[in-house]
Amino acid sequence: MAQTGAVDYLGLIKNGIFKENTIFKLALSLCPSIAVTNNLRNGVLMGVAVLFVQVMVNITISVMRNFIHPRIRLPIFMLVISGWVTVTDMSMAAFAPEAYKQMGLYIQLIVAFASILARAEMFASKNKIVPSMFDGVGMGLGFLSALTIISFFREILGKGSLWGFPVIHAKPLLIMVLPAGGFFAVGILMGFFNWIGMRNNKGH
Amino acid sequence: MDFAKLFELIIAASLINNFVFTRFLGLCIFFGVSKKMETAIGMSITFTSVMMISAALSWLIFNFIMVPLGITFLKIIIFIGVVAGFVQASDTIMRKVSPGLYYKLGIYLALISTNCIILAVPLINAGEHYSFIESLAFALGSGIGFALALIIMASIREKLELANIPGPLKGTPIAFIVTGLIALAFTGFSGLIKI
Repeated sequence: MAQTGAVDYLGLIKNGIFKENTIFKLALSLCPSIAVTNNLRNGVLMGVAVLFVQVMVNITISVMRNFIHPRIRLPIFMLVISGWVTVTDMSMAAFAPEAYKQMGLYIQLIVAFASILARAEMFASKNKIVPSMFDGVGMGLGFLSALTIISFFREILGKGSLWGFPVIHAKPLLIMVLPAGGFFAVGILMGFFNWIGMRNNKGH
Repeated sequence: MDFAKLFELIIAASLINNFVFTRFLGLCIFFGVSKKMETAIGMSITFTSVMMISAALSWLIFNFIMVPLGITFLKIIIFIGVVAGFVQASDTIMRKVSPGLYYKLGIYLALISTNCIILAVPLINAGEHYSFIESLAFALGSGIGFALALIIMASIREKLELANIPGPLKGTPIAFIVTGLIALAFTGFSGLIKI
């Protein structure tokens, strides 16, 4: 498990944001990407919550990696994740009660995120603390940026406002804030990123 | 027991607040399993039965152990333990008792523990203070709703394989857009029953 030479921290972060973006590239953890993104503030709050949980879980697993017996590692990972989710859940309920009322259930369901478990299994359980932390930051930032992009488009098109402040003074497209609009937004953005990827591949 | 209320709960959970189309839960499984009709049906059967039993188990644990001890704030940790433990146990029991059924439905069992609906139902039951029968009705309705969504989607996607779709939209993106259209149709159910 010894690592040779300097670890490419920037590369780890970039990997999480671009190459293995949880939502657009891996198509994992999709539930909150639609559920909470009908306005920018909720999207960003959810992204920050996931970023926090991902980083803390990666650090915790990495600290304990030499003491976990491989055969019971999955239940232990689940326990660590649900512990940190409970922390996030309770602090959100205390400090942002208004947003919590709308998205409390989805915060609790961060437990069932495949992406967090996957990073704990694939990265944090094999690497030292600092690289694991940067890996968590990268994956979390990737998720945060995906949620920010989706909720930015949905709020500006659906309500004509950003972060609650009116920006466009025209009749908004109501469909974008309806449940159906979330599916459209994610589908079209995913197609758009695929298109960029295809174009770049052609250039090489 | 008031049957009218139970019926309302089942209809509300399966159509009006359909987990996939209006609450957006269980999407990973929804997009993963809806490629073929056969797997969609297998998943729906396994899912509904596991959902009802795990909802019953978590209700009993919540009301007879967690409430008296005052540890309801641990509900996330305990419910995920109950669900994961139950799925693992039924996997082992089914392999021993009826291998035929296991070969048909066993692979879906492993997938179920990563489904957020299976965790959301006990959490909502606990949050809304449903009685035991009401929790069961809610779990049944959610299961039916998920099965309905899965079967509609699977039958569309089988046709979609043959359609001529622009390159970048192939696969998951077009599945999202189709789901959006179905969700739009399901908006028509809102306001059917007020609870």
